Amino acid sequence: MRISVEEVYETVRMTLDHHFDIRTVTLGINLKDCIDRDLAAMVQRVRDRIVQKGQLLNRCADRIVHKYGIPITNRRIAITPASLLLEPLPHTKATVVRFAKALDAATRKADIDFLGGFGAMVQKGTTAAEENLIEAIPEALSKTQRICGFLNLASTHAGMNMNAIARMGHILRDLAFRSDNGIGCAKIAVFANVPEDNPFMAGAHHGIGEPDYSLNIGISGPGVVRNVVAKNPDCDLTQLSEVIKRTVFKITRAGELIGREMAGLMGVPFGIVDISLAPTTSTGDSVAEIIEAMGVGQIGSPGSTAALALLIDAVKKGGAMASGNVGGLSGTFIPVSEDEGMIRAVRAGTLSLEKLEALTSVCSVGLDMFAVPGDTEPEVISAIIADELAIGVANHKTTSVRIIPAPGRKAGDILHFGGLLGSAPVMKVPGTSAARFILRRGRMPAPISSLRN
Amino acid sequence: MTQERPSQICIVTVTGVDKVGIVAKLATVMARANINIVDINQKILEDTFVMTMAVDIAGAKIGMDKIKASLDAVGSQMALKITIQDENIFKAMHRV
Repeated sequence: MRISVEEVYETVRMTLDHHFDIRTVTLGINLKDCIDRDLAAMVQRVRDRIVQKGQLLNRCADRIVHKYGIPITNRRIAITPASLLLEPLPHTKATVVRFAKALDAATRKADIDFLGGFGAMVQKGTTAAEENLIEAIPEALSKTQRICGFLNLASTHAGMNMNAIARMGHILRDLAFRSDNGIGCAKIAVFANVPEDNPFMAGAHHGIGEPDYSLNIGISGPGVVRNVVAKNPDCDLTQLSEVIKRTVFKITRAGELIGREMAGLMGVPFGIVDISLAPTTSTGDSVAEIIEAMGVGQIGSPGSTAALALLIDAVKKGGAMASGNVGGLSGTFIPVSEDEGMIRAVRAGTLSLEKLEALTSVCSVGLDMFAVPGDTEPEVISAIIADELAIGVANHKTTSVRIIPAPGRKAGDILHFGGLLGSAPVMKVPGTSAARFILRRGRMPAPISSLRN
Repeated sequence: MTQERPSQICIVTVTGVDKVGIVAKLATVMARANINIVDINQKILEDTFVMTMAVDIAGAKIGMDKIKASLDAVGSQMALKITIQDENIFKAMHRV
């Protein structure tokens, strides 16, 4: 049966009026076979592969955009965690920074938006090479433009590496103070239970369980979901869940088709569709506004966590029905700076850091793109990270933190990043410090719920 | 005996205000590119004029990017939004 005018119009409006897009096509690339004791030799092999595959990714993405008329907003590459590649090389900052710059140059040459994977898996302990990489992060990320970092600092199976978490407060402050508005910190996310196939930045990497290549795709349509919720102002919550499921089913099917065809064109295996709802600063493309369309006065007020739980559950059910390859993060992103509704709620005083943390207990992504005063102590930054990662560890889910300490700014000030990163009101952090807790260091043992065998 | 070429169906969607000459202009673009028009439908949806045209681009003399550019030119000339998309995207989204 030929597609009806109504069905065509529904799809066309999703892209023209409600910001439906393929947010990212991300090619995961294994670089383990490039490892060498000679940095120059490794850099040569890595550069050749990134440039060649990156250019192919762009060519294929352009063809798909013309064929299906759905925009592909970002083209990205995720690599094997850089710490593994640096293991046999001298443990000096200069080595790490040289490698980061080489990756940056290759990414630019291939005209790829971002390259992720500049990080390490240190949830249980840290090797000498990993420690060296962590210490070099402020310099490496501030001297490059397109490189994104990640660190897995905790997992349900290993517990929490409090030595590394304690150190991160200092590392992130150092990185923040190397740029005018702390923007360097937008390029690094720290995790509990990091997925190996997440296509979204800043946390993407190509995990060690992955094949040589893997094409992962991130779809996004907060505007589409908001529109369908707004069209059903009076139905009960069971029906509302059904309506959201049906809509997410459709956009996930579009993502699956485009991902499979991209992978086929490139001659690489298709990986996953990440069905996360990722907002942008465009008017109407906001997750907060979905919650508000559901009937909560403003995100952050009582009712927000329950509404978000319903939304995410419906998104997952619709997505899982549409594709057998749903993976990555697949939750709802609630980055403060990238969502107009979130920015409004923080400015109005409705959304606090504490409520934001509560929202992340039902949302799989974590505290994202929020600013804190520049004089926030490193131990307090570490404590914010520890709280958020504990939610992930205890609940067998991914959580992450992307925090921006804003140099010279105090609570209530606004940081303007521009573009996709938007602007962030600086959030109030309670005055008392947990330094004595953080500075105990060590490893927080894995929760009893990890013993399942 | 001639060998039958497989078809590649795309859907052209026109939205905006109905006026004289839309089909004529689109048909001219298609004929010049050697694209066969398979089906045309139109309706008023949510107070907007919507026309869909199924076309077979298997024998097209130009690529999707060029077809799109010609449609964009017609769109801006007649104050209409015109898109062209492979039919499979609609099948994937609306058919289980």
